[in-house]
Amino acid sequence: MSLSSVVIVGAGQAGFQVAASLRQGGFTGRISLINNEPGLPYQRPPLSKAYLLGKITASNLAFRPEAFFDQQQIELLQDDAIAIDRQNQHVVLASGKSLQYDHLVLATGAHNRPLSVPGDDLQGVFGIKTLADADALAPRVKDARNVVVIGSGFIGLEFAAVAAALGASVHVVDLGDRPMARAVSSEMAAVFRQTHESWGVQFHFHQGVTRLIGENGQITAIETTDGKVLPAELLVYGIGVIPNITIANEAGLAIENGIKVDANLLTSDPHISAIGDVACFPCIQNEGEHTRIESVPNAMEQARTVASRLLGNASPFNALPWFWTDQGNLKLQIAGLSSGYDNTVILGSEATQQFSVLCFRKGQLVAVESCNRPGDHLAGKKILSRPPELTSAEASAPDFDLKTWELAHRP
Amino acid sequence: MPTITLIEHNGTQHSIVGEVGQSVMQAAMNAMIPGIQGDCGGACSCATCHAYVDEAWVKSVPPAEECESDMLEFASARQDNSRLTCQLVIHDDMDGIVLHLPESQY
Repeated sequence: MSLSSVVIVGAGQAGFQVAASLRQGGFTGRISLINNEPGLPYQRPPLSKAYLLGKITASNLAFRPEAFFDQQQIELLQDDAIAIDRQNQHVVLASGKSLQYDHLVLATGAHNRPLSVPGDDLQGVFGIKTLADADALAPRVKDARNVVVIGSGFIGLEFAAVAAALGASVHVVDLGDRPMARAVSSEMAAVFRQTHESWGVQFHFHQGVTRLIGENGQITAIETTDGKVLPAELLVYGIGVIPNITIANEAGLAIENGIKVDANLLTSDPHISAIGDVACFPCIQNEGEHTRIESVPNAMEQARTVASRLLGNASPFNALPWFWTDQGNLKLQIAGLSSGYDNTVILGSEATQQFSVLCFRKGQLVAVESCNRPGDHLAGKKILSRPPELTSAEASAPDFDLKTWELAHRP
Repeated sequence: MPTITLIEHNGTQHSIVGEVGQSVMQAAMNAMIPGIQGDCGGACSCATCHAYVDEAWVKSVPPAEECESDMLEFASARQDNSRLTCQLVIHDDMDGIVLHLPESQY
C-alpha cells in the first residue's frame, strides 16, 4: 500500500501518537493532525490531579514542544472536522478548508456525559476534560470549603483526593454501591473508600442528584434523590463519557457504542481507521466482544498498531488493557479487564495499603489490581500477556509471590 | 543546556540537548529517540522509559525512590544501574551524561 497523505482527526493521545509513530517509522508523506482545541496537543491524565495541585505546569503537559511539529513536518491544524466526503476522500473542516486523504484516522475521543439536572448551568459546576476546564477549576479549588463530587469513578475520586488535600469538606455522590464499581473489584474499592474517608471524604452511595441550588447564578448546594441537601460552592461531575461519533455516523460508518472497527482497527470503510476512546473493537481480553476502552495505554497502543499497518506491517490489535489512577498516596495500577470475575485472591496487606487483588473468571486469571505494588503490576502484565495461566489454587498457596511465579514461568 | 548521550542497544548513538528541570524521558521523546516509549507520560506507572546509566555517571544521579525501584525490580533486563528516565530530572551536573538503552521496554 502506497500512501502519500494521512489525515488524523483529533489530537489527543491517540491522534498525536499516530503522527509521531508514522514519522518514527519513516513515513515521508503528508501528515495533517486536526486539533479542535487551542494550543499544542497535551496529556489529560494530570488535569484531575498533579496539574490542579500545581505539581506540573501547562508547558509540561504538552506531548512535544512546538518545534517538534515543524521538524517532523506534522501539519497541526487548529480546526474542527465537520464532515467526511468518503467518495472523494476528503475531510471538510469548520474553516471551510478541505483536506484530501489517502488514509483517514478518526481519533475524535469522547465528551463528558452531561449532568442534565435543574441548575446545571450555575457557576461553580465543572466537568474535567480539557485544559480549559482544569484552568477554570484550579483557582476555585484552592478557596472552596464545600465541594461536592458527582460520580466516584477515577476522575471523581482523583479530584476528591485533591480537594480533600487542599482542605475542603468533600462529599461524593454516586448511584452505585461502591467507588469505581465499573473498574475495580469490591475488595479494592473497599480500601479506596476507607482511605478517602480517612482524608475526610464523605460518600453517599445509591444516590443521584435531583437539582442544584444556587444564589445569584452561583451554586450553593445540591439535593440528592433521598432529599438530603449538601452545601457546595464547587461541584465536579465525572459520570462517564459519550464517544464523539457525529462525523463518522453522518458519513455512514458502522456505529456500535462508538465507531465500530475490526481487529485491525479499520472502520467499515477500508480507507478509514478509528482509535482511542471512540473506537469499539473486538477485544480478545473480553471474549472477543466489541469493547470501547477509555485509557491512555489503549490509545497509544492502538495508534501504534494503525501506524504500523500504514507502514506496511499489519497485525491485529491485541494489546493487554491497562489503567492507572493516583489518588493521594494511593497508586492503583490495573492490568487486564476484571469484568465478570467470580473469584479473587489477595496478595500483601490491605492494612498497609500495599496489596494486589488477583481477579479470576472461571478459574482463569483475568486482571491484576495493584495498590502501591508496582512490581506486581508489571509481573501481572507479563503473566496476562502470554500462557501459561496462573490458577487461583496456585495463587492461594501460603507465601505465594506473583513476581517469583512470573520469573519461574518465563518461556 | 546539558547534553545527554543515549546509546541504543544496537550501538546507535544520539546526542541530545535537554532542559534543566525536564525529565530525561521527555528530552528523549522530543528528540524521537527510538526505544524510549514513555507510555504513562511520566507518572512512574509503566516502566517503558527504562535505561542504564553509564557506570561513570551513576554517582551523578540521585538514587531511585521507592516507586521507581519497585517498578525497576520488574523491568525487563534490569541491572544495578537501571533507571526509569521519567524520574531522572535533568540538572547542570548531568551535562555529558551517557545512558544505554535496553533491547526492549517490554
